[in-house]
Amino acid sequence: MATDHITAARELSQERTRLVRSGLRRRHRNEAIFRGLGIAAIALALGFVALLFVDMTRKGIPAFVQSNLHLEVFFDPAIIDVGPAPVASEFASPAQYQAADLRWRRELALLNWNRILEASLMAKVPAGTEITSRELLSIPETNARHQLREMFVANPDLLGRTIAVDILASANADNWVKGNINRSLGDAQQQLSPAARTVIDAFEADGTLTNGFAWALFTNTDSRAAPASAGLLGAFVGSLYMMLIVIVLAVPIGVAAAIYLEEFAPKSRLTDFIEVNINNLAAVPSIVFGLLGAAVFINYMHLPISAPLVGGLVLTLMTLPTIIIATRGALLGVSPALRQAALGMGASKTQMVFHHVLPVTLPSILTATILGVAHALGETAPLLLIGMKAFVAQVPATPLDQATALPVQIYLWQGNENRNFFEPRTAAAIMVLLGVMIVLNGTAIYLRSRLEKRV
Amino acid sequence: MDMLAGKVKLTQQSVTSAMNPSAALDRPIRIEARDVTVHYGAKQALFGISIDIPDRAVTSFIGPSGCGKSTFLRCINRMNDTIEGARVGGTIKLDGEDIYDPALDVVELRARIGMVFQKPNPFPKSIYENVAYGPRIHGLARSKADLDEIVVSSLRKAGLFEEVKDRLNEPGTGLSGGQQQRLCIARAIAVGPEVILMDEPCSALDPIATAIIEELIDELRENYTIVIVTHSMQQAARVSQKTAFFHLGKLIEEGATEDIFTNPVHKQTQDYIMGRIG
Amino acid sequence: MPATKDHIVTSYSDELVALAQAIAEMGGMVEVAIENGTKSLLKLDRDLAERTITADRQIDEMQRRIDDMSVSMIARRQPMASDLRAIITAIHVAQDLERVGDMAKQLARRSLKLEGMSLQPTFYNGVKNMTALVLGQIKNALDAYSNRDAAAAIEVCNRDDEVDAMHTSLFRELLTYMMEDPRNITTCTHLLFCAKSLERIGDHATNIAERAYYLQTGRQLTGDVQELHRTQIKA
Repeated sequence: MATDHITAARELSQERTRLVRSGLRRRHRNEAIFRGLGIAAIALALGFVALLFVDMTRKGIPAFVQSNLHLEVFFDPAIIDVGPAPVASEFASPAQYQAADLRWRRELALLNWNRILEASLMAKVPAGTEITSRELLSIPETNARHQLREMFVANPDLLGRTIAVDILASANADNWVKGNINRSLGDAQQQLSPAARTVIDAFEADGTLTNGFAWALFTNTDSRAAPASAGLLGAFVGSLYMMLIVIVLAVPIGVAAAIYLEEFAPKSRLTDFIEVNINNLAAVPSIVFGLLGAAVFINYMHLPISAPLVGGLVLTLMTLPTIIIATRGALLGVSPALRQAALGMGASKTQMVFHHVLPVTLPSILTATILGVAHALGETAPLLLIGMKAFVAQVPATPLDQATALPVQIYLWQGNENRNFFEPRTAAAIMVLLGVMIVLNGTAIYLRSRLEKRV
Repeated sequence: MDMLAGKVKLTQQSVTSAMNPSAALDRPIRIEARDVTVHYGAKQALFGISIDIPDRAVTSFIGPSGCGKSTFLRCINRMNDTIEGARVGGTIKLDGEDIYDPALDVVELRARIGMVFQKPNPFPKSIYENVAYGPRIHGLARSKADLDEIVVSSLRKAGLFEEVKDRLNEPGTGLSGGQQQRLCIARAIAVGPEVILMDEPCSALDPIATAIIEELIDELRENYTIVIVTHSMQQAARVSQKTAFFHLGKLIEEGATEDIFTNPVHKQTQDYIMGRIG
Repeated sequence: MPATKDHIVTSYSDELVALAQAIAEMGGMVEVAIENGTKSLLKLDRDLAERTITADRQIDEMQRRIDDMSVSMIARRQPMASDLRAIITAIHVAQDLERVGDMAKQLARRSLKLEGMSLQPTFYNGVKNMTALVLGQIKNALDAYSNRDAAAAIEVCNRDDEVDAMHTSLFRELLTYMMEDPRNITTCTHLLFCAKSLERIGDHATNIAERAYYLQTGRQLTGDVQELHRTQIKA
């Protein structure tokens, strides 16, 4: 009967539902466990990253603030007793003018500008304080005298006038003010004399010494003589040159190599061999590239040691496998339908690749480039081997000049003996480096999303 | 469907062809294939195909999956050259010239023989760029005005212009499936080919879009020779004047469409079109 | 070869078989109608005549049913080649059979008109023979159709000459009877009309045979016959 059929069907369905239900609890539980493990793993990873950032930030933030002295400087004609600056029109030829100018500058250089500095400091010292000249001069940074001299050379009319000048406090003074050095330590362990310390406190109390943003960190090059004014500018420019070289060299070579291997090379044992080798190169330790660079670029090609050009070339070699692999992956991901459509229109193979396939892969290539460059930015080991471990105090004018790089600068500062001053400064430099990387990655993401939206 | 209503014009040709569809087969032969074989590596896919394709008519290739009809179609514009390990034997002549002659430039051949694929694949560029690309790379336009002219007329011939005329700079991939396929047809026409090959052009489209494309094919055949591969016999019956039935890499039967579908000679053809177990 | 159950979609095969069976059933009904029509005429059996007349309604109903089935299959199945020919010819054959059924009904009606009159046994023979011949034609034509036998179809078409000849001789015979005895005129005139009806049934049988030929070969019989005659004449 029909009803029997229906009841039988219903019973069967109920039995099936029972079976499914009995297994459901276990399945849901497994899923919850798996999800929990996933979340725990992410939390752990993020936790470590957060720890790194928090630690760096905590250590580095203080370094962005530095002590400055606000002084009234009197350009005493008694001390500055050289003649007026030579004027070009007074001389018969430019060569004569230059010779006179040089003489005038040399005379200025031989003056003791520290006396002018001392005078302006003494003006601010509270009355009755016993302090020697040397002790007093330990408060401003040692290159303050050069700063005053440069001001005068630029503007000789300052003679006899008093103007307000901001001078960086010395590293030791800065340590004392920030409390980076333990105030309870005895005189033998302190860097500054007791009198100097008292004066600093007095300066802080009456506003002669204030804490301001440490522009020096960004606008100055590295310095050993005047540690308080040590900055990242030289390292920045060196890294910038290297990044530019990497972008200009690695991207075209890498993309072209990938295109050739993927589109044009006949499938043979040789191309397989090349592919395997490129994949392995991506995993080679970066210091090996440094050795290669030292051997080939410096020893054989005699390029200048410690130049951003050499560093850039080494980093290019390092980044090349990454870009090749990423480009190849992107090329493989282009749908065959697009290629067929282009070929069917009568496009030649080259036209198909450059007009159709490459534009589609551009977002991926761009991302790989920026990630590769960001990675190269942080590489230290290969740079050390090509000689970038030296202390360089000027901004490189060309990629062939001696330079240093951000990670190397961090390494050098980490080794400086004035730990109290350089510990936070190193952390600050690391924060700058991380900041650059974050900006680069952000640019990559932004550009990629813009490009993908356009397509 | 006003767009369709506007297209009903009874030319002398369409009346004649309605009364006598096989008259199309008396036209001159455009493409001559003799003993064409195709090997993919060690495996043979086509066994000695010989067929004539008449001028300015629609020839359809039908047959079950894997019978070689698409493979043969791709021999005509040498798209099989792009497949690694594919070897083509026999001769195919377009207007008497052997298309596999080493002296013949494949790029030029593909400008004379256009192709439309199964899944619409417009370039990820603007609609204008899609249609303009072909004429540009083949140097068919002397100026921007020329190029505009070609783009507009191709879109018109493909029945797409009215729908996209205010958005020529929008990406081609933003159109519906049927529109995309018509864009691909416009793109193929823009190069001014003599022959258009279509590989299952409607299989990814809904019935209305399919009907629009079939109407388009009807109009196009006044000026172009069309070869269409289709797995729908009804479509082959509706659209073509000559039909060829392929099975397991061999050409079993070919002839006027109405003869094939009312009174086929070979039992295999009969079984296939009647939906019988062979 | 009859339509075999070998379509991939078996319901399609089943429908074609059902259509063929409907034609066969209608053919059977029509054959019975012809027999009964003639019998009621010769035996002057009023009952039989009336039953025959009523039975014609069922024949008409069958024709409508076959029509509907055919149209439905064309819409739903998009038939090709011999399937298409089978369905189209089914429509034609059903029409022919319906006309034959009408002829049989007319025979029965005539018998009612002849009631009360006397029929000489000599008159019977001609009509009986002609009926037998025509019945045979219909049977053979329907067999040729259901068996898809082109040769049998040609046979039927050829034998139509015989039917025509028999009609002519019956016509002459009845004229003789009418000239012999004017009292026979009414009866014989009715019988003449019956002979005409039978001759027309024979023509319909030929039509059915031609459809059978077309179903099997896809060509028109008359065209082929003309072609054959031409070649024969040449030879």
